[in-house]
Amino acid sequence: MITLENVSKTYGDGNQAIHALKPTDLHVPQGAIHGVIGLSGAGKSTLIRCVNLLERPSSGRVFVDGQELTALSPKALNQARHRVGMIFQHFNLLSSRTVFANVALPLELMGVPRREIRERVQPLLELTGLTDKLDKYPAELSGGQKQRVAIARALASRPKVLLCDEATSALDPQTTTSILELLKDINRKLGLTILLITHEMEVVKSICHRVGLIAGGKLVEEADVGDFFTAPKTRLGRAFLNAFLELDPPQALLERMQAEPGEHTHPVVRLAFRGDSVALPLISRLTRDCDVDVSILEAKVESIQERTLGLMIAELIGTPDRIGAALDYLNAHDLQVEVLGHVQRNA
Amino acid sequence: MSNAMLELILKATLDTLYMVGLSGLVAAALGVPLGVMLYITRPGQVLARPLTNRILGIVTNVGRSIPFIILMVAIIPFTRLIAGSSIGTNAAIVPLTIAAIPFVARLVEGALNEIPPGLIEAAQSMGATPYQIIVKVLIPEARGGIITGLTITLVTLISYSAMAGAVGGGGLGDLGIRYGYNRFDPLVMLITVVILVVLVQGFQSLGDALVRRADHK
Repeated sequence: MITLENVSKTYGDGNQAIHALKPTDLHVPQGAIHGVIGLSGAGKSTLIRCVNLLERPSSGRVFVDGQELTALSPKALNQARHRVGMIFQHFNLLSSRTVFANVALPLELMGVPRREIRERVQPLLELTGLTDKLDKYPAELSGGQKQRVAIARALASRPKVLLCDEATSALDPQTTTSILELLKDINRKLGLTILLITHEMEVVKSICHRVGLIAGGKLVEEADVGDFFTAPKTRLGRAFLNAFLELDPPQALLERMQAEPGEHTHPVVRLAFRGDSVALPLISRLTRDCDVDVSILEAKVESIQERTLGLMIAELIGTPDRIGAALDYLNAHDLQVEVLGHVQRNA
Repeated sequence: MSNAMLELILKATLDTLYMVGLSGLVAAALGVPLGVMLYITRPGQVLARPLTNRILGIVTNVGRSIPFIILMVAIIPFTRLIAGSSIGTNAAIVPLTIAAIPFVARLVEGALNEIPPGLIEAAQSMGATPYQIIVKVLIPEARGGIITGLTITLVTLISYSAMAGAVGGGGLGDLGIRYGYNRFDPLVMLITVVILVVLVQGFQSLGDALVRRADHK
């Protein structure tokens, strides 16, 4: 539904050139919710603005619904933009218009007759839960309500694609959840393809099917959300995941930990259970079959989409050869094992 | 005070209202579009035309730099062309209008500056043409600011119109100079000033009320 081919964006030229987006390929299939996550300044805003040509790419081609937007005349581009809705971090509602008139705006721009506008706006207000607010002005609404109006407005022209530019970043966690539920609902009910950019893992976790990680104007990693949350391939991906899961060894342990094993040390491991391994009683088998003791320091279970992710930080206590056998045992299962360091046995 | 004097004051008041009203109307009709042009032709804007923008900017600044009393006499040939005469109340309307157009334009441009750029971006994402952006977004969103600007303009025009006497125009300012100052009649002077104060207050209150109705920020 959305395809970017070698799209790049450079501001300025010569030595002062800023490569906001390096040549990037992206494909979002029909009906998918695709997230792009990155730190601020990573180029995610530029990326999403290149899709509806709010930013004209310096090179490359942009396709939406089989139509090459980068090849269109300004007039044809305006027509094509009716099929691409967009919502923003700061909502961008017109303060001079009521809720109803804000939602009606894209239809007015398309030249839809007044009576038909009324017929088309009403169901959108119902979908977004705004029927009792239609005469209110944006200044009278809360942040979440404003974003609902923006969503209704973006859907008014019956787009095939919805672009979400940090749509929940200005909202509190509770409101964020309700807006994400609404987006999920729209995706299911209308089969709308959604591309969103965010810096929040929570957003990716709760609604995305696939996710891209952007850094320095480049998509450095792309994966199904389940995979990304269980086995990110890049260091930045792992950093995002760890920050999200907040699963780092306790500070006291970190201070005692050394990188190399010593004479009387045992390893501290981080285990990520995913896929089939989640259901297995691995720890008790480890204790029984490999004859090592397991001291669990931290553990947590997350469910992502339909998958479960278990995370654990533990010390493995036993003789070196038993620990070696235990690690082999763990590695033989669908389990990510990372030795974080070693601590003195009797410390 | 004689009846004749009262009649004179009434006529002067009506003259002032006529001069200010007509020049304000024409200045708004031409100054608002000019202000929109100044805004929308800027580099990076919806209808970016850097050269046009610079030329419009320079013309506007020149218009605003010329002291009104000098403008009035400098454009006498033009005034004669438009008003058919270079003296009288009608003749005063031409320079008043010319002076007010760039004034309005800059105030409108300032009002448009207050619009968050995100709104224009949102409209573009909906496929709005530049004309639609002006009519559906810029003007309605800046309505409060534009009304404030027009109110300031009217008040300024009242003050400028006091100089209309220099080209034989009527009005309260002219009356105040001729009867109050030249003939040492403090009562006429006082009445003139009081009426001017009431007019300015009236315009300002009306403008404020309209802004309150227009603004939903």
